[in-house]
Amino acid sequence: MAFDEMYTAEGEIRPAYVGVAKWMAAVAPEQLERRRAEAELLYRRGGITFAVYGDTQGEERIIPHDIVPRVLSSDEWSRLAKGLEQRVRALNMFLADIYGPRNVLKAGIVPEDLIWRNPAFRPEMVGLRVPHGIFVHIAGIDIVRIDANEFYVLEDNARTPSGVSYMLGGREISIRLMSDLFATHRVAPIENYPDQLLDTLRSVAPRGANGDPVVALLTPGQFNSAYYEHSFLADKMGVELVEGRDLFVRDEVVYMRTTEGPRRVDVIYRRIDDDFLDPLTFRQDSALGVPGLFSAYAAGNVTLANAIGTGAADDKDIYSYVPEIIRFLLSEEPILKNVPTWRCREPKDLGYVLDHLAELVVKEVHGSGGYGMLVGPQASREEIATFAARVKARPEGYIAQPTLALSTCPTFVESGVAPRHVDLRPFVLSGANGIRIVPGGLTRVALRQGSLVVNSSQGGGTKDTWVIEC
Amino acid sequence: MRINIQHQITCAFDSPIPSLIQILRLTPRTYDGQFVRRWQIDVDIDAVLKAREDSFGNITHVLTLAGPFTELTIAVDGEVETQDTHGVVAGAQEPFPTRLYLRETPLTHPGAGLAAFAQDIAGEGSLLDRLHALLIGIHERVDVDTAATKAPAMSTAAEAFVLRRGVCQDLAHIFIACARSLGIPARYISGYMFGDADESRRDASHGWAEAFVDGLGWVGFDAANCICATDAYVRVSVGLDYFGAAPIRAVHNGAAAERRTIAVAVGAASVGQAQEQHQT
Repeated sequence: MAFDEMYTAEGEIRPAYVGVAKWMAAVAPEQLERRRAEAELLYRRGGITFAVYGDTQGEERIIPHDIVPRVLSSDEWSRLAKGLEQRVRALNMFLADIYGPRNVLKAGIVPEDLIWRNPAFRPEMVGLRVPHGIFVHIAGIDIVRIDANEFYVLEDNARTPSGVSYMLGGREISIRLMSDLFATHRVAPIENYPDQLLDTLRSVAPRGANGDPVVALLTPGQFNSAYYEHSFLADKMGVELVEGRDLFVRDEVVYMRTTEGPRRVDVIYRRIDDDFLDPLTFRQDSALGVPGLFSAYAAGNVTLANAIGTGAADDKDIYSYVPEIIRFLLSEEPILKNVPTWRCREPKDLGYVLDHLAELVVKEVHGSGGYGMLVGPQASREEIATFAARVKARPEGYIAQPTLALSTCPTFVESGVAPRHVDLRPFVLSGANGIRIVPGGLTRVALRQGSLVVNSSQGGGTKDTWVIEC
Repeated sequence: MRINIQHQITCAFDSPIPSLIQILRLTPRTYDGQFVRRWQIDVDIDAVLKAREDSFGNITHVLTLAGPFTELTIAVDGEVETQDTHGVVAGAQEPFPTRLYLRETPLTHPGAGLAAFAQDIAGEGSLLDRLHALLIGIHERVDVDTAATKAPAMSTAAEAFVLRRGVCQDLAHIFIACARSLGIPARYISGYMFGDADESRRDASHGWAEAFVDGLGWVGFDAANCICATDAYVRVSVGLDYFGAAPIRAVHNGAAAERRTIAVAVGAASVGQAQEQHQT
């Protein structure tokens, strides 16, 4: 039985949801439907669309937004925030370590081959000093809840996590369309996220930059599924949105072409994968990147956020070691739990996984977005057999986890308001002046009854997340 | 052996190009088996050359040029003293543990075909025996294309293996892919080779492989010539594959067609006479 965030097992309303329950009792279903339609219109006008890979048409599709907010008490949030802060601190220290002194490897905390043979590990980064020692400036940590007391980390996203525009868009909808409900709660603000992001980016400018560092957001371009978010964030921060061809490197310094001539760039918030950043160092055939960018980076003349090679900290194999990494590097007990994980590259684990596919969730070590995963309890016998063959052929490519009963929140669906499974992606910012997290994050909801897959690419929706005093 | 090297790379463009940026790995380092007596890189246009060391310990130069120009020549001139160590590399800078060199790269992905071939050809013997069997097996199976038609190696090991022909880079990639698939760390070396008097091996800017043998260290294997590296070889740079060690990394933008001509003269210093110019 999944944990219901609104009702206790006895049917009592939990304190954080008292206001929402009262409002739901009073509002007529037609009114809810009207607001949902208005919200959708608002989204369309705003242009918040998300191209979904794998669609044959490749057309843009809107991510459904559920107007019923997900509510967390400030107590719950502060516990969660402490855990997130600790986790991201550890991820940064881990990256500084594997690209530096390698103490985690020497001490045997993480098996060496998981680093040396990890495609997301970038040998080019070894020995390179990143400004202020920070690798992951923007992290999206996926959190799930299975009971009243415990939050579990489901996944660390340390490369170029997306979704923050949905978090901000959802809040705008709450303020505009749900003002009656919103006004009765003291909801912690998140609208300052772009300011905090800009602040974080400016704080990590190279030490040589002048007092007013220039920040640019580097996008792969309008064909990228998150292009809307890139332009949205650049706009909110008041920085230039650039593509690779708008930048060039001369004498190990990065410049942006502007109508007033070249302008030096100090910090690049890049939403391009490592592989494509610089054809002189990484993929030779990349037309999206900036030739020579890596040399400017290695010279310490520009900061990339996130740093190159952060993917070595967030794959699903490394994930299973994060609690040990926290104990070793921070000498602290992990505040947030990990979901128990079987590593298919270990023969004993593989045997167990193959015997229990029907009850497990199996994921690709380097997969993301809910692609290439098996949800055992919901898979057909054929699907399980096909997947078993894939895992056997390349066991090191997979991990497995128990099928978690993700918590549920009231969600407006065709049959009225019903509980649906949710997760949470808070966005954690790390700058020279510390770690900041806007309260809440992006709640993703599996709109299909019983579904546990919340990814937008798999038919998931979003919700506004309210952290309230109660 | 004292080896003189003159290496000239000329890039000619169909139409003037406004600017250019390249990364050069054209400078050898001194270690036990190799002493760099002198080394110089000249560019015939006013250019900025910034020297750095990459994470593999290679000396790199970032070449930035403001145009417009239509032709550019990079001239390398140096002298290196080498010793025959039977292919064993000793005393070179090794920033990475050997297991890093088990990484697959797109160019050295073995695929089922190469992995099966490696398994089959390497046989049972000692590690060195297996590597020699691999060297001979690849040399017999894949023809060496000396026409040097395509400057930057763009075929993958698996593609060249299926074609059964390739330039020296391709054979090195095949060797590397096979060795790694057998669990033996292997890497790509870019450098120079001093040819034979009878020209069965000609002077060249060259690429070969190294494999790690416990107890010996890194050993050079040149599948194109079916030998272990000798004192006729000058090691310049190390990488996981050609891209990591390439003498020149450049962007080939469609705006102006580029023709690259390369001339290499490698000679024994006492002779001091340029021999036939060639690149494998």
